[in-house]
Amino acid sequence: MAQQQIEILNKMEWEVVIGLEIHAQLATKSKIFSGAATAYGAAPNTQACVVDLGMPGVLPVLNAEAVRMAVKFGLATGCKIAPRSVFARKNYFYPDLPKGYQISQYELPIVAQGTLEIQLDDGAGNTIGKTIGITRAHLEEDAGKSLHEDFHDLTGVDLNRAGTPLLEIVSEPDLRSAKEAVAYMKKIHSLVRYLEICDGNMQEGSFRCDANVSMRPKGQGKFGTRAEIKNINSFRFVERAINYEIERQTDLLERGGTVIQETRLYDANKDETRSMRSKEEAMDYRYFPDPDLLPVILDDAFIEATRKTLPELPDEKRERFVHQFGLTPYDASVLTASRELADFFEVTEKASGGTAKLAANWVMGDLSGALNKANLDITASPVTAHRLGGMIQRISDNTISGKIAKEVFEAMWNGEGDADTVIEKKGLKQVTDTGAIEAAINAVVANNPKQLEQYHGGQEKLFGFFVGQAMKATQGKANPALLNELLKKKLGG
Amino acid sequence: MHNKTIVELSADLHAKKYSSEELTRTFLARIDKFNPQLNALVTLTGEQALTSARHADAQLARGTAGPLTGIPLIQKDIFCTLGVKTTCGSKMLDNFIAPYDATTVIKLKDAGTVMLGKANMDEFAMGSSNETSFYGPVRNPWDLNAVPGGSSGGSAAVVAARLAPAATGTDTGGSIRQPAALCGITGIKPTYGRVSRYGMIAFASSLDQAGPMARSAEDCAILLGAMAGFDALDSTSVDTPVPDYRANLNNPLQGLKIGLPREYFGKGLDAQVGKVIDDAIKQYRALGAEIVDITLPNTMLSVPTYYVVAPAECSSNLSRFDGVRFGYRCTDPKDLADLYKRSRGEGFGAEVKRRIMIGTYALSAGYYDAYYLKAQQLRRLISEDFTQAFKQVDVIMGPTSPTVAFNLGEKLADPVTMYLSDIYTIAVNLAGLPGMSIPAGFVGQRPVGLQIIGNYFDEARLLNTAHKYQQVTDWHQRAPEGFK
Repeated sequence: MAQQQIEILNKMEWEVVIGLEIHAQLATKSKIFSGAATAYGAAPNTQACVVDLGMPGVLPVLNAEAVRMAVKFGLATGCKIAPRSVFARKNYFYPDLPKGYQISQYELPIVAQGTLEIQLDDGAGNTIGKTIGITRAHLEEDAGKSLHEDFHDLTGVDLNRAGTPLLEIVSEPDLRSAKEAVAYMKKIHSLVRYLEICDGNMQEGSFRCDANVSMRPKGQGKFGTRAEIKNINSFRFVERAINYEIERQTDLLERGGTVIQETRLYDANKDETRSMRSKEEAMDYRYFPDPDLLPVILDDAFIEATRKTLPELPDEKRERFVHQFGLTPYDASVLTASRELADFFEVTEKASGGTAKLAANWVMGDLSGALNKANLDITASPVTAHRLGGMIQRISDNTISGKIAKEVFEAMWNGEGDADTVIEKKGLKQVTDTGAIEAAINAVVANNPKQLEQYHGGQEKLFGFFVGQAMKATQGKANPALLNELLKKKLGG
Repeated sequence: MHNKTIVELSADLHAKKYSSEELTRTFLARIDKFNPQLNALVTLTGEQALTSARHADAQLARGTAGPLTGIPLIQKDIFCTLGVKTTCGSKMLDNFIAPYDATTVIKLKDAGTVMLGKANMDEFAMGSSNETSFYGPVRNPWDLNAVPGGSSGGSAAVVAARLAPAATGTDTGGSIRQPAALCGITGIKPTYGRVSRYGMIAFASSLDQAGPMARSAEDCAILLGAMAGFDALDSTSVDTPVPDYRANLNNPLQGLKIGLPREYFGKGLDAQVGKVIDDAIKQYRALGAEIVDITLPNTMLSVPTYYVVAPAECSSNLSRFDGVRFGYRCTDPKDLADLYKRSRGEGFGAEVKRRIMIGTYALSAGYYDAYYLKAQQLRRLISEDFTQAFKQVDVIMGPTSPTVAFNLGEKLADPVTMYLSDIYTIAVNLAGLPGMSIPAGFVGQRPVGLQIIGNYFDEARLLNTAHKYQQVTDWHQRAPEGFK
């Protein structure tokens, strides 16, 4: 390639196009095609029945609960629910795939054509919405697990996971940055947990994704050649893998090379993606309808009955928080990111006597900070929503100041009882007795003649000094507004 | 006692003329004596059989016995039997002891039957002569140089040779009806979905169906009653009530409309076989039936259609035999690919490999539309032929097989000729209809079978039609020389 052309390529502005395939493990008690349990962490091969082992002669029977969960997802994303969907066999050999085929859905998935709105930061502190298309979501069974450690040159196979129900959610190639991809993945994560169809546990592999990434010159309609990054199991890795891929492909294209269609793996240790197999090596899965299973026929009555079981969804809840509590869209969006957090906030708000903004600040601020530091989930918070609300009520009724509240919160965190108990025991009740505060002010003024002189000489900022000293004299318990007012009077302001 | 039907044996057992244990010992002794010539059984379960027989005798003594209590039978080795070797006629499963019972096995056990052993069969039910078995060919009791048919060849031979009063079979393209015809016994393939497939090792899932093989239609009626019914473990089993198949066995055939498809009597049909079938039709006319000429125009498409659909499904169904969890594993595999290649290469026989190859090809990207999809379209056309026909007639009749039993080795080297021997039976599986074969005469000393095809879930009518014929003929009572 001529140097000139390469220079042109270098000046070109590139745009990334991303589509995600998310695998959400459905929270059914038993497997998708057998009665074996799905619980995580059992001893290897103890949760695999003859059907999961692919014994000769066994047959699959569809778990109705998995169907219901897929429909819930479809309804929550405005998808079309297929009146007839078909299971197909995806044929390939692998030791952790007992039947030599995976039962999935191919041409006729159960759910298709929906949308999801994600919230993005526009860089100037504003939240803007973007609609991402959902191409389809289909049901399939998971494979088992190959264990390469501890077997001295051999591979162990654990089939406990074989037959676990998965919902594969495929997005349109609507995502234009790693940040958007993460926002979308987080939104789906939040949604499936709101719907209680997936526990969302990424460490255990209950929620993972494949990312299809390609580059094109900005303004071009046609997509570039994509690489598929397989099996990414954290939000952070998704962002890093995509960013690595953007850099790799851009670099390649700018040097006049071409991206090849291939499957890549993200290596978190090295923070890079590596080629797994190219399109030429891609397997021919020989999909065909599974003759052991009948088509899934869903009528309107079933779909409407399922619709009635839907909880309030994140977007609806966010809107309600804005209108009902007068929160900013940003705060509402943070508080509704998970159903548990939203529930926590609502209980706190109620117990606080309706001081929504203060409750929101405490939940998003001190409480979240403490939880993060202790690596605890909101559901494991040592301070219950009820107690937090009770404390906030004491702030709003002037029993304690915001500053003292931090001390009360810490005591509650350490298990010293509810706010009233802590306030009582530690004597943190705010001083609102005019006489007591005046006495403290008088003493401070009398003890600091030099500062008083300077203040009267025009150094008005020394007012703060007197406030601090007087507050100190009351062990911080003086009502700050009252103290200010009395001090001003004393200094003749 | 070995010449008696189930109905007769059951009456004797209930009348305490002899015990199930004695009956079981009689048949076990016959198996000992005759099986070496026939090679019809691959596994004997004598001890287990005597235990079951004694259990049955206790039931007979208590008066809680049913029509099958204490009746010995043989299971085709395609049905998984708990704790008993289940080989499917393959080296691949020569070491496989099933960890569970097939639904059909449980149902027949619950009905009180006594399993004597497991019948030889074509490997994974792929064959029409029982010559593809890893355990060697089965011989036809009527002529030891002839094949018994397949794939349920062992089942047919044991019943014909009176080594058991009944056996189970499975039928994917004629595997109950064709060996029944070639061995001179009665067999019925029920409507697809009538009998559970759970625990029956799959060949072609959308075609496979189990059914009984015995010496009379009445015996088949009793057995089918025990085998049929909805099974929550098989999504393709149909939830409709099982009728009492014996209730209408004696209905008169006056006015019964019998369709004779002209395609079943044309080129390819052995003239002498045709003559036997003509005589049987005359007999039906004498019984008051009305004969109607019909056409099944897509008959010629059934063999090519079948040989896309069945191999496609089998190529996937047999993927689980990979040497990883059960079955044959090659020695010292050097890596995973080697493990797969040699375990499957050494574990499967030639016919099975041929069909896996055909099926894999038919499902491959770029060929799927031209083969698998096209075959599914043709399958609908073939079914439609029958739907039209059953608007005019009650049952359809014709030969089960174009010829009588051929000689061992005669067609083995020529798969296409072998495949064509199933030309009259295959369409029934593609349409999912019930069909049966009953003895209708002989060409020389080799039996001829009459096929009766019915509408969906019309097994009772098929059995009635067969039974009335057996009331006025004795072809089904003939025993092969040397096994009387």
